[in-house]
Amino acid sequence: MLNYIIRRLLIGLVTLLGITFVTFLTIESAPGDIVELMLWERPDATEADRERLRKSLGLDKPMVVRYGLWVRKLVTFDFGESIKTGEPVTTMISRHIWPTASVGIISLALAFLLSIPIGLYSAVRQGGFFDRIMSTNLYMLYSVPSYIIGMVLILYLGVKLDWFPIQGMYSDNYEELSFFGKFADQAHHYVLITICFTAGSLAYYSRFVRQNLLEVVQQDFIRTARAKGLSEFRVIIHHAFRNTLIPFVSLLGLTLPFILSGSVILEHMFNWPGIGWLYMESVMSRDVNAIMGLNFMTAALVLLCTLLADIAYGLVDPRISHD
Amino acid sequence: MTETGNEKSTGFWRTAWKRYRRSRIGMLAFFFLIALAAVAFFAPMLANDKPIVCRIEYTQPGDKTTNELYFPGIKETLRQIPVAGHLFTAVPPFSRMDFKFKKHFKPGRDWAIMPPVGFSPLETSQDRLQGYSGKHWLGTDELGRDVMARMIYGTQVSMRVGFISMGIAALIGLCLGAIAGFFGGWVDMIISRVIEIFMCFPVFFLILAVLAWFPPRIENIMIIIGLTRWVGIARLTRGEVLRLRELEYTAAARALGAGPFRIIFRHLLPNALAPALVSITFGIAGAILVESGLSWLGFGVQAPNPSWGNILRDGYGLMATTPHMIPPACAAIFFAVLCFNLVGDTLRDVIDPRTKGRGG
Amino acid sequence: MALLSIRNLSVEFHTEEGIVRAVDEVSFDIPRGKTVCLVGESGCGKSVSAYSLLGLVSPPGRVVGGEAILDGATKQDLLQLSEKELRSIRGNRISMIFQEPMTSLNPVFTIGDQIIEAILSHQDIDKGAAREKAISMLKRVKIPAAEQRVNEYPHQLSGGMRQRALIAMALVTEPDLLIADEPTTALDVTIQAQILELLKELQTDSGLSVLFITHDLGVVAEIADEVVVMYASRIVEKAPARELFASPLHPYTRGLFNSLPSLGGNADGRLQTIEGSVPDPLSFPTGCKFWPRCELAVDGCRRAEPLLRTLATDHLAACDVLEGDGDG
Repeated sequence: MLNYIIRRLLIGLVTLLGITFVTFLTIESAPGDIVELMLWERPDATEADRERLRKSLGLDKPMVVRYGLWVRKLVTFDFGESIKTGEPVTTMISRHIWPTASVGIISLALAFLLSIPIGLYSAVRQGGFFDRIMSTNLYMLYSVPSYIIGMVLILYLGVKLDWFPIQGMYSDNYEELSFFGKFADQAHHYVLITICFTAGSLAYYSRFVRQNLLEVVQQDFIRTARAKGLSEFRVIIHHAFRNTLIPFVSLLGLTLPFILSGSVILEHMFNWPGIGWLYMESVMSRDVNAIMGLNFMTAALVLLCTLLADIAYGLVDPRISHD
Repeated sequence: MTETGNEKSTGFWRTAWKRYRRSRIGMLAFFFLIALAAVAFFAPMLANDKPIVCRIEYTQPGDKTTNELYFPGIKETLRQIPVAGHLFTAVPPFSRMDFKFKKHFKPGRDWAIMPPVGFSPLETSQDRLQGYSGKHWLGTDELGRDVMARMIYGTQVSMRVGFISMGIAALIGLCLGAIAGFFGGWVDMIISRVIEIFMCFPVFFLILAVLAWFPPRIENIMIIIGLTRWVGIARLTRGEVLRLRELEYTAAARALGAGPFRIIFRHLLPNALAPALVSITFGIAGAILVESGLSWLGFGVQAPNPSWGNILRDGYGLMATTPHMIPPACAAIFFAVLCFNLVGDTLRDVIDPRTKGRGG
Repeated sequence: MALLSIRNLSVEFHTEEGIVRAVDEVSFDIPRGKTVCLVGESGCGKSVSAYSLLGLVSPPGRVVGGEAILDGATKQDLLQLSEKELRSIRGNRISMIFQEPMTSLNPVFTIGDQIIEAILSHQDIDKGAAREKAISMLKRVKIPAAEQRVNEYPHQLSGGMRQRALIAMALVTEPDLLIADEPTTALDVTIQAQILELLKELQTDSGLSVLFITHDLGVVAEIADEVVVMYASRIVEKAPARELFASPLHPYTRGLFNSLPSLGGNADGRLQTIEGSVPDPLSFPTGCKFWPRCELAVDGCRRAEPLLRTLATDHLAACDVLEGDGDG
C-alpha cells in the first residue's frame, strides 16, 4: 500500500515538471513578439515601456534560462506580478479562490448525494417508469452545455421571473444588511450558478452509478449472495453498491478539471469573481504572469486531486490496500 | 495469413451496423447528423442572396449582351471541396463569370431559382432586430442580417470544427496510443506521462492560453482543439492495444516475422478502432461545445462571420429586449450535441460484446 | 421419503429467436444423506434445473411446470414458494455453490464477513458466536490458519482455498441439501480430488444430501450414489451409480462411457466419439432427441419421444429400442 502511494507521488512529481513545461510553452508559442501582442491595445506605450516590459519578463535571456528562473520562482510560490495591476499574482489568485471553491464544493456534494439514490433506483428498477424518465432527462441534461443552462436560468428565473439575482456574489446593499440578511443574500446569489455547476456532474454521475451497478449485478458473487438467501435490498445496497463506490470515489477526483473549465464561461456570465473570471480577465488583457500562474496552479491542483483520488481508490479497494 | 486481422474487421463492422440499425433512437440521431452535414455542405444553396440557378440577360461593360444559364449557388457549393472543387468550377457552365445577380435581375425577362432562405449571412439591411416573421424566419440581428441564414452557415462552422479538430486528435491519439500500448516500457512511460500532463489542464484554460496570442481564425481554433483533445483517444487506444497485444494472433503474427509497425497498423489498430470511434464521436460533440463556448467568449469565430456561439452571444447581449436569437442557437447546439452523444452511446452498446443477450 | 422429490420440472426461455424449452419434464428424487449426480454435456439443462429449485432462474427463463417437494416439518413445493419464502430456504435448508470460485466471492469484503453474513441472515445469534462458527467451519474445510484467513480478502486466497471457503459458507448453516454446480471444473485435478474428498467427509459427518452437477464421468465415479443422465433437456437414464457403471443402457450413456480414453488405449488406438453434435435448442429433432446420433435408431424413434421406463432394478432409461420395444 505504501509502495503504491510512494510510486504515485513520484510519478506525480514528474508530471508536475511536465506541467511547468507545457505552461511555459503555451506562452512561448506566441508568434511574433510577445510584448507587441501585449501592448497592441495600448497605443500610448512608449519604447521605454517596451524595454521595461522586456526586462521584467526576462525576454533578453535565452528561453532555457527563462524557464529555469521561472521554475525556481514557482518553488517558492512566486508567480511574479500581474502586468496589468502590478499586484503579486499569488495575492490576486488567493482573493479569487473562495468564490470558485465554494461553488465547486457545494455542487460536488449535491451531485454526489443526489446521483447515488437516482442511479441506484434506476438500476434496480431498470426499464421502469422512473428509469426511463430519468434516463431521458439526465441524458438531455448531460448534453446541454452548462452555459446554456446558465443562459436559460438567467433568462427565465432571473430576468423574466426575477426570483434570483443574476450578477455577482452580493447585492449592492450588502453592507447594510443584518447578519442573517447577509447570509441570505449570499445564498440567494449562489443558487443559480450552483445549479449550473451541479447539473452537468449530476447527469454524469447518475448515469455512471446506474451503468456500473448494472454491470456489477452481472457478476458471479452477486449470484452467490442471492443463493445465500439475502434480501434483494441487501444484495444491491451492501454487495453490489459497495463495488460501485470504488470507481465512483475516484471519479469525483477527476471532475475537477471540468469544473474549472466550466468556470471560465459561467463566472464570466454571472459576473462571479472566481478563478475562471480572473483567468478570462487575464487572457483578455494578455497578462502573461497571471496567465502562467493560473495555468500552473490549476493544473497542479488537478494533479493533486487526481493523486488523492488514486490514493483514495487504493484505500477503498481491498485488492490494493491489502497486498 | 496476414489478412486474418482485417477479416475480423470487415465482418465485424457489418454485424455492428446491422445491430446499430435496430436502435430507433440511434438511427434517428444518425439521420439528424447526416441532415446537419448536408445543411453544412449545401449552405450556399440553402441561404444565399445569389440564386441556385438562373437565366439572366446581362450586359457586360463593353456592350456585349449575353443571355445564359448561371449556377452561382451550385458553383459556390462545389468550390468548398478542396482542390477538386476548383477543377469542377473551372469548366463551363460553372466558369461563367459572377456578377451582382440581384442587381441585374429583371422579373419577367429573367428567371431564377432562389435558395429557400434568400439572404446571405453577411448581408446587412435596415430591418434590424426583427422578430420571427414570414420574411425573416428567425428574425434579424442588430445589423439587419437574417438570423436563419447565419444559423445555416454556423452549421458549417460547427461541423468543420467538429470533424477536422477530431480528425487531427484522432490521428495523433491513435498513433501515440497504439505505440505506447504496443511497445510498453520507456516509450509507454513517456507517452503516458504526456497524456497525464495534458489531462491536468482544464480544456478552456489551455486553449485560451494559446489562443490569446493567435489571431482567432477558424483554422487556429481547429488545430488547437485537435491538439488538446487527442489525449482521450490516446488513452483509450493504449488500453485497447495493451489488451489486444496479449491475444494469440499478435504472437502468431510475430512468429511469422511481422515487424512491429506492421503488427500495429495492420492488425492491432483496426481492431482497436471500434472503441476509439466511440470516443471520437463524443469528442466531436465536445469540440462543438468548445467552439461555441469560445465564440461566446469572443475568442472563436469573429464578426462578421456567423457561428452558433457568437449568435448566442449577440442574443444574450440583447436578452432583456429582443431575445429571439437565443432559442435557435441554443436549440442547434443542444440537438447537435445530443445527437452526437446518442450516436456515440448506441455505437458503444453495439460494439460491446457483453451487452448482447445473456443465456439462462 | 426422499428429501427432495422433483416431478415434471419444465423450464422455458422466451428469447428473441423463439421459445427454448431448456428443461423438459425432468423428474428425480434426492434421498437423504446421499449424493445424486446430474450428468450431461453443456447446454443439456442440468444447471437450469438446479437453479430453478432455488428460484434463481432469471428472465427470460421461467419455470412453466412441475413440482419440487421438499420434505420437512411441513412439506413445501419449492416451485410455488414466494420470493420471501425462498429466501429463508436459500443458504439455510438448501445451499448452492457454483463453478467459478475465483469470482464467486465479493472482492471487497473479507471471507469472514461473508460467512458471518450467511449465518446471521438465518440464525439469531450474536456476532461473536457467528464468528466462532465461521472459524470452526473454515477449519472443518481444512483451510490452514483459519483464524488469520477469516480476516483476509478473497484475492489473497488461491482458487482451491476459495472453493473451500465457499463450501464453508454454504455449509455453515447446516443445510439439508447442497447443490453443487460443477464446483471442481475450474480447478486443477489434484485440487479437484481434495475437494471431492472433503465433500464426501462432510456428507458422512452430517447426513447432508448433495446434488452434484457435472459433465465429468470421473467425478461421478468418485462420489455418486445415484446418477441422472440428461440430454437436450430430458432425462435419458437414471440409476444407482454402481448399476450405471456396470451396465449403461441408453445409447447416449454408452457413447459417453465409450468416449472415455482408457489407460491401455483402445484397440485401434483412436478415441471414440459420439457422431454429430448436440442439437440447437431452437430446433430439436422430432421424437427422440438423440436419434440423429444414435446407432440404434429406427423409424419409430423419429415419431415418438420415449419415456423413462424401468429396464432393470431401479434402472430407468428413455429409449424405445431397448428390449426390442421399437418399430416392428
